Amino acid sequence: MKTIKLATLTAALVATGLAHAADKAAPRPDPKIQALVAKYIEASFLPGEGQDLSRLKQDETLQACNLYRDNPPEKIAAEINAREKATIKYPADGKLMGDWKNGEKLFAAGFGMRIGRIEPDKPERQKGGNGGNCYACHGADPKEVAFGTIGPSLMHYGKLRGAGEDIVKYTYEKIYNPQAYSACSQMPRIGYHGILRPEQIADIVAYLVSPESPVNK
Amino acid sequence: MQKKTLLATLLLLAPTLSLSQELKTADEYRAALQDKFANPGNLVVDRGEQLFKEKRGPKNTSLEKCDFGKGPGVLKGAFAELPRYFKDTDKVEDLESRIMTCMVKLQGFTPEEIKKKLFADQRANEQNTDLEAIAAYISVQSDGMKLNPPMKHPKEKEMRAVGEALFHTRMGPMDFSCATCHGQDGKRIRLQELGNYHNKADAQRTMKTWPTYRVSHGVVRNMQHRIWDCMWQMRLPDVDYASPATVALISYLTDQGRGAVLDIPGIKR
Repeated sequence: MKTIKLATLTAALVATGLAHAADKAAPRPDPKIQALVAKYIEASFLPGEGQDLSRLKQDETLQACNLYRDNPPEKIAAEINAREKATIKYPADGKLMGDWKNGEKLFAAGFGMRIGRIEPDKPERQKGGNGGNCYACHGADPKEVAFGTIGPSLMHYGKLRGAGEDIVKYTYEKIYNPQAYSACSQMPRIGYHGILRPEQIADIVAYLVSPESPVNK
Repeated sequence: MQKKTLLATLLLLAPTLSLSQELKTADEYRAALQDKFANPGNLVVDRGEQLFKEKRGPKNTSLEKCDFGKGPGVLKGAFAELPRYFKDTDKVEDLESRIMTCMVKLQGFTPEEIKKKLFADQRANEQNTDLEAIAAYISVQSDGMKLNPPMKHPKEKEMRAVGEALFHTRMGPMDFSCATCHGQDGKRIRLQELGNYHNKADAQRTMKTWPTYRVSHGVVRNMQHRIWDCMWQMRLPDVDYASPATVALISYLTDQGRGAVLDIPGIKR
């Protein structure tokens, strides 16, 4: 039963991922133009104090997503899934369900990680761990009206899906690295990039899944 | 022009006196922003005109001989046909790049001097920089005209193609590209509506209103600032003023907005 449920869940997720990717026109860019893009990026950002040019480097996954305009062929998509899945780290205590009240704060909080010389965040906030800014793109608590719509609504997330072990694990991994499930997902790789720490992601999992959370009221 | 300035001054003062009492709803507020003569950006345009005509820089020359693509000193309609390829620099330049070129060539400024202060800092209530004011003045000479960048020279076409590819290039700790926010219809960040710039109507709606007076910043912002702001929000390092990447993106966006009738300076939150 559990296997069937997991298989259905996986099939549904894969289908969503494909549907998402397929609705975009994806002309492969001309290699000559792609080479100029790299050249322009290298010439256009300011070096020096307060900057961090390493942020411009595209890892193997982003290079593939950029090449295929977020619509990679099946084989490449599977490679991305495997590579990204391997990056996932878990909280030291192994608990993937943390404190939903702290998750609520982290879900809303968002500033930080901005750099440069014009309007940088305070140095201690440049590293991450400040919040996920999830409301920028997702609805969740039915009482919060100021939510974005780039991602799907997560309202009643746990109410609709339950709080089983597989759902908790999937939710944790999907936040830590969405591309482990959906290659070239539009969502930031929250854990992989250190936007949130593993314990903080577990708190957000609790906010989404826990029956006590306002998300499920 | 004087009457415009007076009106704009009055309207600038008005909000501090009675905004909370009189403008009760967001709709009323938005409607009030549509009064073109009341746009405080007109003050910046006036200052830009003075700066444009003034003898400045080591060569003590004005910018009046600068060629923005329609011949030396021709400003009418010039902005509506930028970015474009310029033979003298062998480059595609947008308005701000071209002003910089003329400030260096005609007036003798160094790029380092010009770039010392890229943007007015709204947190310190700063006024627009000289370059921003000059750009506002020149752009307004195309008010009411259709956006019509030439897109004939191979380098113009190449610039647009690079801009289009850059628009879809994901980078930085958020894995975002421009298309993440501006590539689908009817999306929002929090409550802020986002234009989908694959879509001509959205691109036109945006591009016809820049440069724009931003009420929350108290200054006129141009596309160079808008793109820096997006890159900053993408958690990237500062993108350089008039850099190839910004000119490429502006070439793409302007071409997407082709045909839109300019309504500038715009006014936005």
